[in-house]
Amino acid sequence: MPKIIYNDNYGNSKTIEVENGLSVMEGAIQNDIPGIDADCGGSMACATCHVYVEEKWLNKIPKAEEAEVDMIDMAYEPKKNSRLSCQLIVTNELDGLVVTTPAKQT
Amino acid sequence: MKKTDTIIIGAGPVGLFAVHQLGIKGLKSIVIDNLDKAGGQCIELYPDKPIYDIPAVPECTGEELTKKLLEQIKPFNTEFFLNERVEEVKQDKENWIVKTNNKNEFSAPNIIIAGGVGSFEPRRLSVKEAEKFEGKSLFYSVRDKEQLKSKKISIFGGGDSALDWALELSKFSKINLIHRREEFRGAPHTLSEIKKLEKEEKISIKTPCQLASIEGDKNIRSITVKFDDGKTEKIDTDIILSFFGLIMKLGPIAEWGLNMNKKTIEVNSENFQTNKKGIFAVGDICSYPGKLKLILSGFHEVALASVECFKRARPNEKYRFEFTTSSKNIQERLGKK
Repeated sequence: MPKIIYNDNYGNSKTIEVENGLSVMEGAIQNDIPGIDADCGGSMACATCHVYVEEKWLNKIPKAEEAEVDMIDMAYEPKKNSRLSCQLIVTNELDGLVVTTPAKQT
Repeated sequence: MKKTDTIIIGAGPVGLFAVHQLGIKGLKSIVIDNLDKAGGQCIELYPDKPIYDIPAVPECTGEELTKKLLEQIKPFNTEFFLNERVEEVKQDKENWIVKTNNKNEFSAPNIIIAGGVGSFEPRRLSVKEAEKFEGKSLFYSVRDKEQLKSKKISIFGGGDSALDWALELSKFSKINLIHRREEFRGAPHTLSEIKKLEKEEKISIKTPCQLASIEGDKNIRSITVKFDDGKTEKIDTDIILSFFGLIMKLGPIAEWGLNMNKKTIEVNSENFQTNKKGIFAVGDICSYPGKLKLILSGFHEVALASVECFKRARPNEKYRFEFTTSSKNIQERLGKK
């Protein structure tokens, strides 16, 4: 199973095996990763699963669609490497993906 | 204090259908919601987005679904208390007393919490000094246009609200429109108007940048924004308007002594009652084994909860299951006979 590395804002890191086909958000929720709220349940309607993706992975993940970029506008302190983790679907290619959760979601 | 059979908290699709399921059983209800209109997430988050999984409705938008549900519950003449948030719930023998932030009080044997993910609140600016200006010179919505005349206004956001208010207020004030990206998301006509006003120097557009700090003592004096390339700029500002949409906050629900599972309320899946007799939770806010956060699941949940509501509200009557197609009672309640 692909491993996803979830870092938080305080320097803690957790490596979680996430099944192919689940989203990076679901991987976090199922394993009680703090810092990802996912209030809307993955419908791109709340921006509370916002993460920063490690730069080197940015061109390996599918580009954000318009609706996701619009929603990231609403996120807490968005940056160039901001993504909604509900839109990142885990595949073998993403084995080792590193995401960092923001200081808070709202 | 108003007495009713059931107090429904939340006017989303599931709360609205609760009115129907209670109504056809002859029970009265009132509905309380923090938003200014019915519809909940359907109307606030995706009024124009299509929904494809309402049984027998191949496609409809959040707004259409809300309209249809309101039409369906019209015969019951239910009273809505909008722009109100439930602050306190306490027990009074067999009844529950509910108090709102508008000082309204209700009493009923049943409460149905159809609260989604909580009540909607504006997403606030993240700099810590923002709070002390809030409501005085920093606003998350425009209540009174008059107090924004002949001011230096900095507007944050890249969506319709930010653009529409930039246009409107530019008629009598100096506007800075600040957004984290180059692109704005709005109607083509609005965007071309904004460009025109920028040329006429009535609107000054600052992108791509974000708020770094707010300066001032009692009133805002200026703001500092930070551009993506690291440069900063100080902008003279009297008023900040921030339009970053709404977030959902669980709020006081967490303090009512209900068994919670993260941000959801634990219920049994037989009648969707919580650990407190007479308090039910339905829709996105409830959790039980196998729970799916679907509108159609919420409809099923209120149908079952309403039966238990009947038993509690009419302890001396026998509950009788009836079909809408054949029950004279139900058809009378729907105004069909």
